[in-house]
Amino acid sequence: MVDILQQIINGISLGSIYALIALGYTMVYGILRLINFAHGDIFMVGAFIGYFALGSWNLPFALGLVIAMIGASVVGMIIERFAYRPLRTAPRISLLITAIGVSFLLENLMVLIVGASPRSFPQSIPVDIYNIGGLILTNRQIIILLISILLMILLQFIVMRTKIGKAMRAVSQDKEMALMLGINIDSVIAFTFALGSALAAAGGVLVGLYFNKIEPYMGVMPGLKAFVAAVLGGIGIIPGAMLGGFILGIAEILVSAFISSTVRDAVAFIILIIILLVRPSGLLGKYMREKV
Amino acid sequence: MLSIKDLHVYYGGIKALQGINLDVKEGEVVALIGANGAGKTTTLRSIFRLTPIVKGDIYFYEINLTKLPSYKIASLGIAHVPEGRRVFPNMTVKENLEMGAYLVKDKKVIEKNLEFVYNLFPRLKERQKQLAGTLSGGEQQMLAIGRALMSNARLLLLDEPSMGLAPLLVQEIFSVLKKINEEKITLLLVEQNANMAFSIAHRVYVMETGKIVLSGPTEEIANNEAVKKAYLGG
Repeated sequence: MVDILQQIINGISLGSIYALIALGYTMVYGILRLINFAHGDIFMVGAFIGYFALGSWNLPFALGLVIAMIGASVVGMIIERFAYRPLRTAPRISLLITAIGVSFLLENLMVLIVGASPRSFPQSIPVDIYNIGGLILTNRQIIILLISILLMILLQFIVMRTKIGKAMRAVSQDKEMALMLGINIDSVIAFTFALGSALAAAGGVLVGLYFNKIEPYMGVMPGLKAFVAAVLGGIGIIPGAMLGGFILGIAEILVSAFISSTVRDAVAFIILIIILLVRPSGLLGKYMREKV
Repeated sequence: MLSIKDLHVYYGGIKALQGINLDVKEGEVVALIGANGAGKTTTLRSIFRLTPIVKGDIYFYEINLTKLPSYKIASLGIAHVPEGRRVFPNMTVKENLEMGAYLVKDKKVIEKNLEFVYNLFPRLKERQKQLAGTLSGGEQQMLAIGRALMSNARLLLLDEPSMGLAPLLVQEIFSVLKKINEEKITLLLVEQNANMAFSIAHRVYVMETGKIVLSGPTEEIANNEAVKKAYLGG
């Protein structure tokens, strides 16, 4: 029993990181109907910005995190401006292929800059281990969870309560109508990329802290898994991405603990196949019928 | 106020509009009637630059709208109640109305407009927390009109506000449109329901296959034999 609880705790830490990445996928999908395959690489870029901020400049962890988030949002906005915006009226498949191209570009650019070998992430927070009735909990796990939840609450507040958040929702539901109400949809889309990229970067820094290792291809697998998490929760639905992320993290850890760690990466894709067969709109997705 | 001059819109090889000329003066209700596919909706959408304009100009006072990006047009005081209402289904009634006031900076003005809309359509106030997608068709139409009014617009473009509604609701919507016009808001109304359109319009334009074929004061158009036959059921 303690064993299962222990694994669930580990799963929640991992899941909160998937959730952070999944949010960016789901927001961009919601607004552009684009699966932004470069999103996992933004996560990687965020991790590297955090690496330099914490390691080379010796900044405190919180400041390094914020710099990584700001840096990644700038990268996200640049990508949107130069790779996706010129294709606004092009068929969606062109956009998708471009996203894959941007993904390769970011990975290889990073190899060019820092080299392909893994680097160990600056351990700016020393590990403390707590033992609560046989459950092992580290301060890093708690920090990861707290930061993730804080960011999700902040995001939910921005999307539900602020003017730009409401504009985001309006644009995602009907772009033309949003235009007619005077909403500059280009800036709303840029803002969405900035927001999603910032969350991915936070995920990247937290992964660096948790797994202590970063490299230019580190975004590929978490990116795919976060995509599955977004689909699992219902793509385009923000609480769905959070839910999907946590479920995926817990499932992955449970399988690797009790079945076999060799199938750990397969779990996400088995879940994807099942959800597409059973409930393609995702756990929180629903079809809205049109009124005549 | 609004002046469309020799407007041509082509969709690929299809000539949707072939030289439209149309004027709307301040305070008027102008109706644009015609059969399906005549180009009424295209005309309205062109004002917001949502169509491929090949030739021609659209002036709002002295400003040439064809030179502006779509999102700048609302700020001039033009609002659109589009075909099919196009409310934001996953936002609440109140949020939909707030989006209508997106360009209004002054919170007090927004409050005042909200009150004005709730006065016109008390039903919207009752349902302000409900998601717009769960409203009935008539309520969605009220919401679309309310949203347009939130922006302090001086000119309202309405695309088939009667479509798909029960006759009683159509009466209700049109009596509200009349009230709105009494508040010095100008209306350009596209309608298939010519009878209803004539009941509030000062002037009428008749469209056929991308051209204006007839225009004049409502009484004159309503008594035209061809119009009677084609649009008023004999």
